[in-house]
Amino acid sequence: MNSSFIDIYRPIAILMIAALGFAVSPLVMAWLWSKKFSPRKPGPVKNATYECGLESKNDSFIRFRPEYYLYAIVFLIFDVEAIFLLPFAVAFSGLTVGASIAMLIFLLLLVEGLVWTWRKGVLTWV
Amino acid sequence: MDPELKIELSRQGIFTTTLEELYNWGRKNSVWPLTFGLACCAIEMIATTMARYDLARFGAEVFRPSPRQADLMIVAGTVTKKMAPQIVRLYNQMPEPKYVIAMGACAISGGPFKQGYNVLKGIDRYIPVDVHIPGCPPRPEALMDAFITLQKKIDAQHLTGADRPRHLNADEPSEFVVPEYGAHDLVPSKNLKLWNIIYKTTPNGPATAGEDGPGKD
Repeated sequence: MNSSFIDIYRPIAILMIAALGFAVSPLVMAWLWSKKFSPRKPGPVKNATYECGLESKNDSFIRFRPEYYLYAIVFLIFDVEAIFLLPFAVAFSGLTVGASIAMLIFLLLLVEGLVWTWRKGVLTWV
Repeated sequence: MDPELKIELSRQGIFTTTLEELYNWGRKNSVWPLTFGLACCAIEMIATTMARYDLARFGAEVFRPSPRQADLMIVAGTVTKKMAPQIVRLYNQMPEPKYVIAMGACAISGGPFKQGYNVLKGIDRYIPVDVHIPGCPPRPEALMDAFITLQKKIDAQHLTGADRPRHLNADEPSEFVVPEYGAHDLVPSKNLKLWNIIYKTTPNGPATAGEDGPGKD
C-alpha cells in the first residue's frame, strides 16, 4: 500500500525537481559567471533611483488628504451603478412593473447616498 | 585552438567553439538598446526598428525603457547642454557591459549647431562612444552598419587577459563624472580622462561605421 503511494507520486516529484532546476540553474550559472569573470561595479549614481536620468528629489511618500477616500468611494458606487443601468435600459420595454420598481428603489438608494455626501460637503474639493 | 584545425574539423562536420566565442555570440545577438531619442536622428532610429529596415534581424528589436535592462545607448540627435547630465546619468545607471553609438553629426560633434551656445560638441566629451556615425541624419542603413560594426567589436572582445574590455576589469570605473550646470557652461566642460580609457582598452580606438579598421584583415 505504502510503496504504491510512492510509485504514484514519484513522476510528480521528479517533474517538480526538474522544473525547479530549470528555473534555478540559469540563475546559478549567471551568478557563477559573474563571480569568475565580471567584477561588480556599484556606484552612487548607478545605485540611485531611476527617474529618467533626473536626480530624484524630496520624499516619495507623499500624503493624500483622507477626504479623497470618500470621494473615491462615491465614484466607485456610481461607476457600478452605470454598469447596472445599461442592461436596465436595454431591457426596459420588456420589464414588469415589479422589476422597474425594484430598479428605481436601487437608484433612489444611491441618490439618497449622493444627497447625504453632498450635504456633508464631500464633493467640495479642499 | 588552431584556426586551421577548426576549419578542417568544420569541413568534416564537427563544430568546435570556445566559451569566449559562445559568450560573445550570445551577447552580440541580443544587444538591447535604451528607448530614448533626442532629435531628428531618432526618427531614423525608429524607422530602423520598423518593418522596412527591421533591426530585429540583428537581435536588437527590444528597446528597453529602463537603463537597468539596456546594453546599448543610441545617442540619436542633438545633445543640448541642458540634456547632457541626464544622458551621462542614464549611461551610468546602465549595467555592464554597455555600449554607445553616437548617431549623427550632432551627437558626434555638435553638427550644424556646433557654434551654438547651448549644444554639446559631441557626447564623447562625457561618455565613451564605441561607434560614431556621421550623417545629418544618417539613413537607417547607416545605423545598421554601425550596429554591425558594434557586433564585430563585441565579437572581438576577450574574456581574460590584459586587453579585456573595461567591464571585465575591476580597476576600470563604471561611472563617469556627471556634469553640472555652471554659470556659462557645463562643469566640467569635458572629461579628459575618457580618451585614456578608450585608447587603453581598445587598441584601435573608437570605430567609425563604414570605415574598415586597421586590424580587420
